Amino acid sequence: MLLKRLFPVIGFAALAIAVQLGAGALGKEFYLTQLTMAIYYAIVVMGLCLLMGFAGQVSLGHGAFFAIGGYTSAVLTTSDFSRFQDSLWAAALKRIHVLIPKADLYGGQVLTTTPWAAFVAAMLLTFLIACLIGYPALRLKGHYLAMATLGFCLIVNKIVLGTAWLGAADGISGVPEWNLAGGLVISGRSAVRVQNYYAACALALFLLILLANLVHSRVGRALQAIHDRETAAGAIGINTARYKLNAFVLSALLAAAAGVFLTHYTAGIGPSEASALKSVRYVALAAAGGMSNPWGAALVSTAINFLSLRGWFGTYDNAVFGAVLILIISIAPQGPLKPLGLWIRRLLSGARSAAGGEHAAS
Amino acid sequence: MGDDSLFLQYLLSGITKGSIYAVVAIGFNLIYSATGVLNFAQGEFVMLGGMIAVTLCAFLPLPVAVAAAVVIVALTGCLLEILFFRKLRHHTIMHMIIITIGLSIVIQEVALHLWDEKVRSLPYFSGSEVSSIRIFGASVSPQVLWVLGTVAVVVVLLHAFLRYTLQGRAMRACSSNPDAAMLSGINISNMRTLSFGLSAALGALAGCVISPITMTHYEMGAPLAIKGFAAAILGGLGNPMASVVGGLLIGVIEAFSVSKLPAAYNDVTAFALLLLMLFVRPHGLFGSPSGESVREV
Repeated sequence: MLLKRLFPVIGFAALAIAVQLGAGALGKEFYLTQLTMAIYYAIVVMGLCLLMGFAGQVSLGHGAFFAIGGYTSAVLTTSDFSRFQDSLWAAALKRIHVLIPKADLYGGQVLTTTPWAAFVAAMLLTFLIACLIGYPALRLKGHYLAMATLGFCLIVNKIVLGTAWLGAADGISGVPEWNLAGGLVISGRSAVRVQNYYAACALALFLLILLANLVHSRVGRALQAIHDRETAAGAIGINTARYKLNAFVLSALLAAAAGVFLTHYTAGIGPSEASALKSVRYVALAAAGGMSNPWGAALVSTAINFLSLRGWFGTYDNAVFGAVLILIISIAPQGPLKPLGLWIRRLLSGARSAAGGEHAAS
Repeated sequence: MGDDSLFLQYLLSGITKGSIYAVVAIGFNLIYSATGVLNFAQGEFVMLGGMIAVTLCAFLPLPVAVAAAVVIVALTGCLLEILFFRKLRHHTIMHMIIITIGLSIVIQEVALHLWDEKVRSLPYFSGSEVSSIRIFGASVSPQVLWVLGTVAVVVVLLHAFLRYTLQGRAMRACSSNPDAAMLSGINISNMRTLSFGLSAALGALAGCVISPITMTHYEMGAPLAIKGFAAAILGGLGNPMASVVGGLLIGVIEAFSVSKLPAAYNDVTAFALLLLMLFVRPHGLFGSPSGESVREV
């Protein structure tokens, strides 16, 4: 039993190492950069899996939560608070190292927020917004919820596009690197490429284990019950509204965290992160991996996003995601991995019995 | 030119846009009540109608081009239903939503590759872009009258169709109780296909009449779909005629918000209104809060 639970963890770790060694051996280490980005995007998809596959709710607003996380940390770490230097709160924040003085590009002194503090702020803001949106939205179901979250996403996108201090159409660039701890730096520099790749893998793996445990816990079973039949779940005493809200907020937090990490990794963020198409893309990827299978979703979404970031799909990028959505839902609504596994097994046993048949004939 | 004529100008522009939202909302309602599917690709029908009409207009007279575009899009709508929804009857709402979203993206991308990312428009149906008619001191393009006239005729015809013809009544029967409709000999599958075709045709017609004013662009569908949905919610989902009021209301509010808010936030008003409506009164202004019907969709 323990082995069965541990198997995917070991498999994922082995796969991550194999990919890094393979890329190194082929002299294509630069692949790891896009792979790292794809893994961060996969974290959004994992959160969405929890919401869609277990709580049974669709959100078309996760691009917005990603953007809220990314933009909060980008704004806080790039703006200069030195004009508030003499105020009481700035001094207090400086004392607890939330604000730190730094030399800017031209040698002047600026006062910016540390990435860690910005991360915490981004999480808090996302928590607040997710509760505000989630509380009324989750009383709605199906179509209504999808439309409400889509409306929220479009509002965030329009606000970002129309606000000068959020960089409008250009987005925010020049986000500093994030010194996590013990020399581990979230940054896109090629010197720390491998290190960052493993950091992203470790984060994703940690979150996957967390999700897997959550799903197998009392909370997970409650969510599963809500997914299957909400009225019945309520009748046996599950507080459906609260569980749905918790799942929604948790998955929003995962999206925002991914946004913070990716913003530091690519040193910037743009308004397209909050576009409706991005949100739809996350839903497509969650569906492509099998919604109630976070492991599969993480794997499939990393692979597809990696190909997309490498430009494999050319101008058909969005069309590929649309087609993936339609095909998977109409042919294999449980996700392609399980039917594929069955099919391969049947093919193998078919080949074996065919071989057996030939023996009998001869 | 006083404040009154400015007010009238905003009002008319709001009503023009609002009538298009109303048509999209009616399309939502038709498909929703016949099939239970909320078609996220509704806005793409409007875009396709405009695009096809513009293309055909190069070698056909304008009325023929518009009629042909409406027929082609209607057939496309029927085809989509047959291909994607006919065999999916027993899937969950989540699956339906995801499929229509996928369709919307694919239609958009196909349009991008068939045509291009350029903005196109049909010629003005009468007069040109500079001709204007004065109504109570506000100057209006004759195309605005075309839009309002077409929408009014369509709404009246649709109402008559649903109320007085056998087909229309069969369609209403399907929406109120599919099992009973089937028992009384109505072919439900065909009714569902018809609802897709009809709603696609409506969208295409709206796309044609609005094209000279707002232009046609491959990306115009999604925002239209959401505003149309907002209109449908405002009126109460499942009530096609109430969504006319919803559409006009959203158009007018949007038009007046332009004078108060920065232009970049233009769309935010409609979306915020949608959120507010969903949170406060999801059964719409005219609907009744019959608990389950709203919460179980």
